[in-house]
Amino acid sequence: MWIVILPILASALRLATPLIFSALGGTFSERSGVVNIALEGIMVMGAFFSILFADFTGSPWIGVMAAILAGMLTALLLGVVSIHLQGNQVVMGTAINILAVGLTSYLLQIIYKRFGQTDAITNALTNNPTILAFLEKLPVVGKAFFSGLTPFVYLAFFAVGLSYYVLFRTPFGLRVRAVGEHPKAADTVGVNVYKIRYICVLISGALAGIAGASLTVGYTAIFREHMVSGKGFIALAAMVFGKWHPVGALLACLFFGLAEALSIQGSMLGIKIPTEFMHMLPYVATILALIGVVGKAVAPAADGEPYEKGEN
Amino acid sequence: MLKKALTVLLALVLVFALIGCGGGETPATEGEEGQAEGEALPGEGKVVTMITDTGGLGDKSFNDLAYAGLEKASEELGFELKILQSATEDDYAPNIQTALEDNPALIVCVGFMMEQATVDAAAENPDINFAIVDGVGDMDGDGQQDVDNLLGLKFKENEGSFLVGVAAGLTTETDKIGYIGGMEFPTIIVFESGFIAGVKSVNPDAEVYVEYADSFGDIAKGKEIATAQYNKGADVIYHAAGGVGLGLFQAATENDFWAIGVDADQALTSPENADNILCSMLKRVDTATYTAARSAVEGTFEGQVQTFGLAEDGIGVGDGGENLTEELNGEIEKWKAAIIEGQFTVPATREEVEAFEVPEI
Repeated sequence: MWIVILPILASALRLATPLIFSALGGTFSERSGVVNIALEGIMVMGAFFSILFADFTGSPWIGVMAAILAGMLTALLLGVVSIHLQGNQVVMGTAINILAVGLTSYLLQIIYKRFGQTDAITNALTNNPTILAFLEKLPVVGKAFFSGLTPFVYLAFFAVGLSYYVLFRTPFGLRVRAVGEHPKAADTVGVNVYKIRYICVLISGALAGIAGASLTVGYTAIFREHMVSGKGFIALAAMVFGKWHPVGALLACLFFGLAEALSIQGSMLGIKIPTEFMHMLPYVATILALIGVVGKAVAPAADGEPYEKGEN
Repeated sequence: MLKKALTVLLALVLVFALIGCGGGETPATEGEEGQAEGEALPGEGKVVTMITDTGGLGDKSFNDLAYAGLEKASEELGFELKILQSATEDDYAPNIQTALEDNPALIVCVGFMMEQATVDAAAENPDINFAIVDGVGDMDGDGQQDVDNLLGLKFKENEGSFLVGVAAGLTTETDKIGYIGGMEFPTIIVFESGFIAGVKSVNPDAEVYVEYADSFGDIAKGKEIATAQYNKGADVIYHAAGGVGLGLFQAATENDFWAIGVDADQALTSPENADNILCSMLKRVDTATYTAARSAVEGTFEGQVQTFGLAEDGIGVGDGGENLTEELNGEIEKWKAAIIEGQFTVPATREEVEAFEVPEI
């Protein structure tokens, strides 16, 4: 019994990991009032640059650092346009998504001299981290569950805890939420709205960059065009479904991950769930959350609204 | 001042983005090398355009093979080869429109997903030659091609899948075998059917786990499915899922079980995983596109359906990793000869698999 369930849970966690990082990124950005449609594009950048740097330096962790940097730089673009220039955040986010696909495809051809995909790296972070090797020795759960987890799975949970603490237990987090709800009021009491929003958009980029890295360096060991295949949008859906809360986002991502893991393993267990249904699930869940069927999801009040300093 | 600088920066970024997006179109070999003294090649001044499906070039498989065949033809005949990549299914029709602007000698559309778009374009442009890899161009289902200017390039993938099924059935030690398909279309079920028939022919006790990824690009999902099948005991897994298969190879290397490649000799195209790729079902898309380009450039093009099977050498088994034992090779040759001689017909649908009786050979 457990021997069947545990691998499914491990699979669900692996599938949820990139979503968790990305959804946390979305939460930070939107809590501060910047809609981040660009998660998908930032993930593409993170996925590509992590493999690129891991391949050339031989160190997967340098790859992860590169993904964070690439993610932050991409997010900065969104920040400049939506914060300083008060441009339309959704339009800019969409532009970044298109840019990321084009840019990575272009760099792929320049650097690897071929279309479509990079070389595979040989030292991907796909095994249970060495410091936690003792977990694999546990009876039953060791081999069936812990041996299937990657370092990113643990990091994702750590990131959720940290995000919750920062957003809800620190003065900085209070400012972030204030800026996202009522930037003018925050400004009046001396909070630098632009600074807070920039910081949040950069955190968002870093997290979505890690999300991309967790897909490649942390799982497939190779980058291929179109491999992110909508995971950024599913993360966005998870963020809404999770009501712009780190723990909510975590639960939503685990739910989506479990649904996909079940659809993969289900047919072998004799349960046939149509894969089309599983593909609809994140979006159906989001719609249900938005129309209030599972408790109303309300966005931060100033989400998507550019803020102009000194406006009356 | 700052605003101005930002505007300039933004403009630069947008220009960069445009370059990036335009990256899909790449003029390939001009075919000017190896020309005999000034003698004009038949393809001189002509254009052949290839449109990839969503798997895109670099899949080390289907699209790359189609490209290889055209590249060879381009070198020999001197035509200009252009590539347009489709990122999504919505790109098919616009890509065909873009291709038409060059008034090409032939437009090669790679992949059955593009069949409808190709037939529509062929009907609107009766003077342009079209070829569709993996399609016939009979959308109304009357058994006739809908247009005269379309060459359908079909393969008997069931025959090749049968042979790798034989290899899988004889190799498995757990009597559990996996199959990962891209999307559950009749054209992909052909692989599944031939494969299962092959397994059953040599190992009636073996169980085959069949799973579809619902994608041809999501590597992570491919790895997840392969891991799930491995955890259930499968020790040989075959895929017919384009880029998704790269995930299977990764899982095979990490857990040390056998994967079977598809379309190209994937032990050669994914050398990092060659030690775990038992063999590959070869689909000689290159033979097909080469033939098509040659006929179009030389003026012998005919709208028809050409089928490439084991007998036409359009299908085969590749062992670039040299992992097949002599005994396995012997068995594969034996079944191959039987199929070519017509001793039995390899199933191509699930109904035919149900009705399939293992032949005595």
